Amino acid sequence: MITHPKTEELAESVRLWIDEIRPTLDPRNAFLARVAANAMATICRELTQGPAAEANAVAGMAGVLGHDGSFEDLNAELCARIRAGELTRETPGLMAALTTMARDQIAIDQPNYRPEGTPAPAG
Amino acid sequence: MTVDVRAGLEKLAVRLGGEGARVTEAQRLSGGASMETYAYSFEGPRGAERLIVRRRNAPFDPANGRAVSLATEAALITATEANGARVPHVRHVCDDRDGLGEAYVMVRVDGETLGRKITSDPRFDAVRPGLARQCGEVLYGIHRTPVPEGIDLKVVDGAFELDRYEEIYRATGARRPILELAFQYLRKHIPEPVEPVLLHGDFRNGNIMFDSEQGVAAVLDWELAHVGDPAEDMGWICTNSWRFGRPDRPVGGFGDYADLLAGYVAAGGRAIDLSRVRFWQTLGSLRWGVMCLTMYLSWRDGANKSVERPMIGRRVSETEADLVVLLEEGL
Repeated sequence: MITHPKTEELAESVRLWIDEIRPTLDPRNAFLARVAANAMATICRELTQGPAAEANAVAGMAGVLGHDGSFEDLNAELCARIRAGELTRETPGLMAALTTMARDQIAIDQPNYRPEGTPAPAG
Repeated sequence: MTVDVRAGLEKLAVRLGGEGARVTEAQRLSGGASMETYAYSFEGPRGAERLIVRRRNAPFDPANGRAVSLATEAALITATEANGARVPHVRHVCDDRDGLGEAYVMVRVDGETLGRKITSDPRFDAVRPGLARQCGEVLYGIHRTPVPEGIDLKVVDGAFELDRYEEIYRATGARRPILELAFQYLRKHIPEPVEPVLLHGDFRNGNIMFDSEQGVAAVLDWELAHVGDPAEDMGWICTNSWRFGRPDRPVGGFGDYADLLAGYVAAGGRAIDLSRVRFWQTLGSLRWGVMCLTMYLSWRDGANKSVERPMIGRRVSETEADLVVLLEEGL
């Protein structure tokens, strides 16, 4: 992968440009431009944080399922075995693995989201 | 058929306000893909009126989805008003003479509906501690209302909702282990059946007009009204996606469970177990997660190519982040 610029820098440059032109747009397009800028920011975060998140997910799922595999295969098997009732919230390691996966994914998709259980903001 | 809304609203001013009445305001507000809302005012021989017009601009298909017709919506609002619920007063339900298609007119209620303002704007600091209790009171006003004669509403319970949303989830083809676990867990914890009551169906912060002095001013957006478990309406307003950055305040981001439940009982309602509310709250997160998936699919399949849609698809992970905590805690 070339580094001058990196892919995330391309995405970032587009996000900055969208933010720059937003004030010139009508309300509906200004709103959509904000969404588009957020999409570019998500792409940036996925490019930089995605590989570690996927590695965590693979390790967690492999631990619960007892064997290695690709993200897709492990995820499919995990879903099938939860659906079949073989894995429940009492299964050792399952909630810990799912919690890590959820935490890593929200950090990419919506880093400002405050999930259930988050204490009151300071002040 | 194209409807000339402007001309229709001029005609309507005369019908409601008397000969010589003229429109002084007809401004389109937000609205969904098929629903239009107008801030509408006129002046006539009997004085001025400030109203809201709600109209559907696409044919209503009762088989599609859960929405009720606008005439049904208006009838339910009127019926709940008679039972003490704080709702907008329905001024007029449009018919063929109005030439506006499916529409009704209500008296405008002033206040704030933006969820984040209610949870965080200092303007609401004084009333905020009382809002959860008021929500309990207003909910009982809705739940005690008999479904008006001739109105046929869908009847829903926990098992039905789980089946419905699991079917939608399976059809998306997505594989999300946390949603899978939530389906399995909730199926094992479906509450005992109760006598079904009239439900608002979309009772959450964002669909309630709040006044900075009176608190709850009016419950809006009745299109998902149906019949079912009273705890369903309570669980939905406690779903974290509608707490606008204040997960520490479980009711709408502004109040506590105990106040919501106490307000309901104080108004005359039957005491409801918190675990029952938490069942519906958890199902609320799951349901919103599945809805986010379907919004992405509407983009993938070409029905709606707005950039909003795939980004809403990325909101599934917010429901997963909430669900893992709820599953860990239990109901």
